[in-house]
Amino acid sequence: MNGFLELFAEYDIIGAFWMNIRLTILAAIGSFALGTVLAVFRISPVGSLRAIGTSYVNVVRNTPLTIIMVLGVLAVWGQLKITFSSDFELNFFVYAVIALSIYHAAFVCEAIRSGVNTVPQGQAEAARAIGLSFLPAARVVVLPQALRGAITPLGNTLIALTKNTTVAAAASVAEASGLMKTMIEFNPNLMVSIFLTIAIGFCIIVIPMGLLTTWLSDKLAVAR
Amino acid sequence: MRKKYISVAALAASAALALSACSPSSTDGGGGGETGGGETQGGGETVRIGIKFDQPGLGFREGSGDPTGFDVDVAKYVAGELGYAEGDIEWIQTPSANRENALEGGEVDMIFATYSITDERAERVGFAGPYFVAGQDLLVRQDDTEITGPEALNGKNLCSVTGSTSAQRIKDEYAEGVNLVEQGGYAECVTYLESGQVDAVTTDDIILAGLAATPENAGKFKVVGNAFTTERYGVGIPKGSDQCQAINDAITKMKDEGAWEEALTANTEGTGYTPDETLNNGPDAELVSCEA
Repeated sequence: MNGFLELFAEYDIIGAFWMNIRLTILAAIGSFALGTVLAVFRISPVGSLRAIGTSYVNVVRNTPLTIIMVLGVLAVWGQLKITFSSDFELNFFVYAVIALSIYHAAFVCEAIRSGVNTVPQGQAEAARAIGLSFLPAARVVVLPQALRGAITPLGNTLIALTKNTTVAAAASVAEASGLMKTMIEFNPNLMVSIFLTIAIGFCIIVIPMGLLTTWLSDKLAVAR
Repeated sequence: MRKKYISVAALAASAALALSACSPSSTDGGGGGETGGGETQGGGETVRIGIKFDQPGLGFREGSGDPTGFDVDVAKYVAGELGYAEGDIEWIQTPSANRENALEGGEVDMIFATYSITDERAERVGFAGPYFVAGQDLLVRQDDTEITGPEALNGKNLCSVTGSTSAQRIKDEYAEGVNLVEQGGYAECVTYLESGQVDAVTTDDIILAGLAATPENAGKFKVVGNAFTTERYGVGIPKGSDQCQAINDAITKMKDEGAWEEALTANTEGTGYTPDETLNNGPDAELVSCEA
């Protein structure tokens, strides 16, 4: 128990987890926006848009997140010298959010597309029959139902995103896994406490997300 | 009726697949076991020494080639004094975060890996040495004359490695207005220093000298030479090991014979680096007492 108190006194553990939460929230928004656009691309009647959506998903989904993160910092920042802010902390935070958004957009896209598959063909045909063209039909009829059907896979993606925020350590963001490394390096005597602190911290963040996802998917399921 | 036949056929096919998938893996397992047995066949007793594989000048190994560096040279000397030939040494990679576990779990017998002696670590492992006293310093571009010490870093960009307080210490104690970037390894920091995205890299002086001495970096960077902390590099051994005194004797002998100086010069050649005299001859260089 003393070990825990010592750790919390010496290191800013709450602050590090808060960083993970901020990364999660912003990257969730970013990846949801990009993922929705990609999903619309993939179900659109325009062949070239479908091709763009498909190739994005297949390329990004098969690229390790660490590679995207390191590519951003090592190549885009280090060599191309593209800087978002002269304040390093903000600069690398932005890089991390962008990398996380790019990566998870592929998974969000597929989650939404699986939701689209739950919408009966008749819905799209009925929308067409009352004179809606593709975009209005997608916006008003198909996507709202698709999103409600996609809550479970979207929740899974969000949980994966939360845990993947630890990769932001590679982009020099002061988050929980980087702090864990520091703590283990300088307090190996407290290793078990350190490990438990970080593990329990993630459980506290992730378990409510899982419960909320299950509850929402029951509550919002489209009754057919 | 027809549907039923199809599903039975599909079931049979998938069962056959599963079976056939099983059999090669079992022969694989047998083959793996054999090669595993072959590897342990070695002549004489071996000693397993943990080093870093990614710190040029200290502990560096490419592929399965011979490791090089100052840590490696000291390790070879000490192992020799303990009665092991060079061929009996098995080199094992021990990254910073794994060092205590590797010693406790018996994966290595000794660690020579820029391992600073601290009280927290001494709770879990034993230390012999120190065989070198380093200090935190700065690496800058060769033509840089502005940065002469940590106080000159206000408004500058500084790179260090995640999981080390080196950089944070500069921010807290010397230059509040410094911009920090933390990376997975010092190699990344050096590329930023070269491209101009950071102005200095910070860690222990001998690690910086080792980085600057690699052929691809030769002549590009210099160590400032204004060490502002004390890091006593010890030899990590399992707690309660009886080797401590023997290792200390070997280190003393290595220094007396001049082999220590030679190894140091050879591994930091061309950087103009000299170890801090006051640190390496002062009270910090005194060997730990082995009674514990």
